[in-house]
Amino acid sequence: MEKNCLLAGVGGQGTVLASKLIAQTTLNQGEFVRTSETIGMAQRGGCVVSHVRIGSKEMSSAIPKQKADIIIGFELAETVRAMPFLKKEGVVVANTSVITPITAALTGGYDSEMMKNYLREEAMKVVFVDGKTLCDKVGSSKVLNVVMLGVCIKEGILPFTKEELIQTITTYLPEKFQKINIKALEAGYNYKNNEG
Amino acid sequence: MSMQLLLGNEAIGLGAIRAGVNVVTGYPGTPSTEVLETIAKHNTGDIYVEWSVNEKVALEVAAGASYAGARVLVTMKQVGLNVASDPLMSLAYIGVKGGMVVLVADDPGPISSQTEQDTRLFAKYAHLPVFDPTTPEEAYLMIEDAFLLSEKYQTPVIFRPTTRICHACASVEIKDNTDKHLIEGFVKDPKWTIFPRLSYQNHIKILENEKSIANSFNTYPYNVITGNGTKGIIASGVAYTYAKEVIKEAGLEVKLFKLTTPHPFPEALALKFLQGLEEVLIIEELEPVLEHTIIQLCGVHHLNIKIRGKDSNDLPHAGEYTYESVQKAIDVFLEREQALASEKVMPVLPIRPPVLCAGCPHRASFYSVKKAMQNQKAIFTGDIGCYTLGNAKPLDMVDTCLCMGAGVTIAQGLSRVEKGTKQIAFIGDSTFFHTGIPGIINAVYNETDLTIIILDNSTTAMTGHQPHPGTGHTMMGSISQKISIEKVLQGIQVNFIKKVNPLDLQKAIESVTEATNYKGVSVVIFEAPCIALAKKIETMIIKECCTGCKRCIKEIGCPALSMQEGKAVIDKDLCYGCKLCTQICKCDAIGVRA
Repeated sequence: MEKNCLLAGVGGQGTVLASKLIAQTTLNQGEFVRTSETIGMAQRGGCVVSHVRIGSKEMSSAIPKQKADIIIGFELAETVRAMPFLKKEGVVVANTSVITPITAALTGGYDSEMMKNYLREEAMKVVFVDGKTLCDKVGSSKVLNVVMLGVCIKEGILPFTKEELIQTITTYLPEKFQKINIKALEAGYNYKNNEG
Repeated sequence: MSMQLLLGNEAIGLGAIRAGVNVVTGYPGTPSTEVLETIAKHNTGDIYVEWSVNEKVALEVAAGASYAGARVLVTMKQVGLNVASDPLMSLAYIGVKGGMVVLVADDPGPISSQTEQDTRLFAKYAHLPVFDPTTPEEAYLMIEDAFLLSEKYQTPVIFRPTTRICHACASVEIKDNTDKHLIEGFVKDPKWTIFPRLSYQNHIKILENEKSIANSFNTYPYNVITGNGTKGIIASGVAYTYAKEVIKEAGLEVKLFKLTTPHPFPEALALKFLQGLEEVLIIEELEPVLEHTIIQLCGVHHLNIKIRGKDSNDLPHAGEYTYESVQKAIDVFLEREQALASEKVMPVLPIRPPVLCAGCPHRASFYSVKKAMQNQKAIFTGDIGCYTLGNAKPLDMVDTCLCMGAGVTIAQGLSRVEKGTKQIAFIGDSTFFHTGIPGIINAVYNETDLTIIILDNSTTAMTGHQPHPGTGHTMMGSISQKISIEKVLQGIQVNFIKKVNPLDLQKAIESVTEATNYKGVSVVIFEAPCIALAKKIETMIIKECCTGCKRCIKEIGCPALSMQEGKAVIDKDLCYGCKLCTQICKCDAIGVRA
């Protein structure tokens, strides 16, 4: 199986961990997997992109443009920025919450409706997720990454089940974070999206 | 054997453990940091691991252990090699006993570095062999070869991954067996003392060794030739994986040479590759190291082959390569139709430069100095660390930044010619120990009028919170006596030292004012822990009485603050409760969230 999955967000949103969870779960199934991460200075509030390539022994670790099967967008503008990577028939799962950079803080941020419309026009399928409300329900802003993975599993676009991801969470995450992440996964999995 | 998902740096660290490494030293630097951390994490106690104060010290500590026969690994980023270059150049002449691998991570882009220098060129200059892996799983296997080569030829060996290998993960097959290396001990011998006469003799020996090593690289299993045709591509590092994917995707008929040992150059293998070729494209990031070697080789052997790469403008000299840039070069080279990029016009996207975290004490430090100096002419020299981000608006408090430790010294040069301007140098705690101290001694002894602001957040923050002599703990898990920055300053006779918490704004401004009024070297130590290591204090909230004046946002640029419907709002998840904004608000509109 070959599958390219791109995760886009802002430093601090947990894209690196989310990509590791995807990669580890597929590796557990015997697939060869590569990822490419943003680590370092950009993690301080900058743009962060993680590439996950499943079945990629003979490939590079970076997804070429127009080759991503899935884009998981943690922040609306960053999702738009990642769109050149999406395949024609690719799927976008996008958090609708925005993070306003300081440069835009004075003017009140950017036009999120315009971003959503762009995604609707550009992608064959886009699933919008009200990540903020889901995180509030779980009780932590830090679990957005796993909430998003829950939505993706429900949408059937990740090559593993909820139970297989729970297995990875309980094996690889520190014990004190397991419970809340499983709760986050369930919240994402049971999410009913009202936006098209 | 087991398959594990490993970061390139983790793979290298585990590979070094498997190769029986005994002593590991280094200084943190993106993208190299996780190698040493991985070894420390998996250390069963028989490996000595330390973050040294700087790269020169790290290399010398490792050299000593190698003299005694230990297998040693030194880790650093490419600019760290500049700091360690003095001992390394000489060590190339003296040689080693236990295998010594110097891991130097290059950063094409650059993504988090000051330069795009190419360590392969440095290796050539220093007459040292260099390994240049293409993937994490290859790096895992290759690091062992580096140790064995080093021991065989008694020379330091450079191992040079780049960011996209260090920070890429892959399924890596981990081998169970670990090589146990026995340490013979130091044997006294005149060969360990460098003298001109010895250097002359060793110079001859190094050149002979280079020929033998080049020979052994002719049959090195990770140098691989595939494909057929009259056109050939030579590729190295991560660029090789892009080239391979382009060729595979399009089913191209082309000869491909993966070259993982750029120096000393495996000539016989390259000549075999060049046989029957009319044209060659060389794909390598950074300097045209292979390209120039191939040009030279074709000259010596009178080969009529057209060589393309950077010098022919087929590929750029600067910046990192991507699948797309490599694809374009290959398409042109093979006279294929160019894939048309049909990118739609995107909405205007916000610019997202990295910023100091919400609650970061550096923000308060910069702001207090800015306030104290607002009516005076001043130059603010910065240094390397999270606090380089103090250059961003609205703080705008970094006028210069060059390299580790240079803030304190550049300020001294400025003070000699910029009369009537206050010189204020910022330096972090880890940078203070790295290369800051000699510069301060220089300032004191030469009677410079200078104020130094030490931003002491009790960690090496930018690279991910590594310990340093001021933190009181080590990579061996032991608790050490902290080295007091204040006592060091007293010892080198700095006569004005003030220690303040920068988050107490009024006091901080007063301290800076006092320090800058002092004639001579004055130091303000701003002490407050990095928020990534400290527990959240509380969360602030904007009260009803906010007038929407935007003062808080305009003054300090905290990422937790923004405007919504005419009033400031605080992102409760980002806010750390440092209360700097409450001290700035003119209408007392920022309070503690219940």
